[in-house]
Amino acid sequence: MSMNEDKPIEDPENFDFGIKKKKKKKAVPDFDAPAVTDQDDVAETNCAAEETAAPQEGEDPDNMFADLKKKKKKKKVTIEGEQGAEEGTPEATSSEAFDFGEKKKKKKKKSDMADFEAALKDGQTQEEAQDGADNEAAAVEKEGGDDWAGSARDYTYNELLHRVFNVLRQNNPDLVGDKKRYTIAPPQVMREGTKKSVFANVVDICRRMHRQPDHVIQFLFAELGTTGSIDGNQRLVIKGRFQQKQIENVLKRYIMEYVTCKTCKSADTILTKENRLFFLQCESCGSTRTVSAIKTGFVAQTRDARKAARANA
Amino acid sequence: MSEAIANLKSYDPFADTGEEADLKVQGYIHIRVQQRNGRKTLTTVQGLSADLDQKRVLKAFKKEFACNGTVVQDEDLGEVIQLQGDHRLKIQQFLATQGIVSKEKIKIHGF
Repeated sequence: MSMNEDKPIEDPENFDFGIKKKKKKKAVPDFDAPAVTDQDDVAETNCAAEETAAPQEGEDPDNMFADLKKKKKKKKVTIEGEQGAEEGTPEATSSEAFDFGEKKKKKKKKSDMADFEAALKDGQTQEEAQDGADNEAAAVEKEGGDDWAGSARDYTYNELLHRVFNVLRQNNPDLVGDKKRYTIAPPQVMREGTKKSVFANVVDICRRMHRQPDHVIQFLFAELGTTGSIDGNQRLVIKGRFQQKQIENVLKRYIMEYVTCKTCKSADTILTKENRLFFLQCESCGSTRTVSAIKTGFVAQTRDARKAARANA
Repeated sequence: MSEAIANLKSYDPFADTGEEADLKVQGYIHIRVQQRNGRKTLTTVQGLSADLDQKRVLKAFKKEFACNGTVVQDEDLGEVIQLQGDHRLKIQQFLATQGIVSKEKIKIHGF
């Protein structure tokens, strides 16, 4: 079962908005499009075998999660070889490997370049979610800077792109997509006995998402097809065995549906209820849309349920 | 005072909530998993269109995924296919490749 866990989350949306944004980013500097793609391709093919896998991963962010770890390890080696300054960052990221930072990762894909800028700025480079190729390119650029200015060699696309963003950031920082990433603490899930799981920090997570715990819990139960309750310490006790990863997946889906604004992808939204309809209002772009109510759907009767029914009768 | 305002936006509490209609009209197929005892699971397929012979679909499922299953008659949801084991992705793939429904119409729930 654990092998399939990743897949159901795979959302067409993830996929296409990554691509879209990327295109947009590429369009920012004023180069003619064909040349742009050409050079990009060249850069990518130049990279080692592991890098060739990168575009694929970009398409499916959830697959990416799977071999995140492995890749990071490799990355570390390559980066160390190239550059001392970068050395510290992969370590920092490995400590965050379990960070439940879905939004953050999505953003990564959205704008690799802008992201690189951001990373440069606040020094918290989280390369793990970046495409291998971009990563490589970024590293090269870092050393390169404006090297070509004095030398006889021709400039590369990446260098120019980097330069554009540097200039842009110096002159008007607002235009560089340097938004705060949306992160959420990883859910703390442990087993209570053999048949119950405890989700300890629900309330905390709900607060961070600005959602009512009731709503989140309702969604969790509907998705997991179980029931549960909140105990005295504000922990959620869920019937059934669930691992952190599973809960994480469900929360991701919740965020996708009920937290992120579909128009601007911002997580700064509020959920209100009017006449039995839930409205999601975005605080940053002002758009409003309805979201579907949580429906439990069909729940098959299990043996326990039958037993309980018989006991009651 | 507050009562009067609350009454302004009145609605008929006995009107149909439309929830049942929703489940059918939207045309989504919901695939869910449920945990059973131990590491066993149950997959349910809800919302297959009524003109399909659920029994035949079930038969195909059973053969394809090598599992057992039943068609359950639900009061408001109509016929629901129940399969033993977690076959969510396989079902999605199967339905899509057989041209029964497009992938976008399938919603996978569960962990």
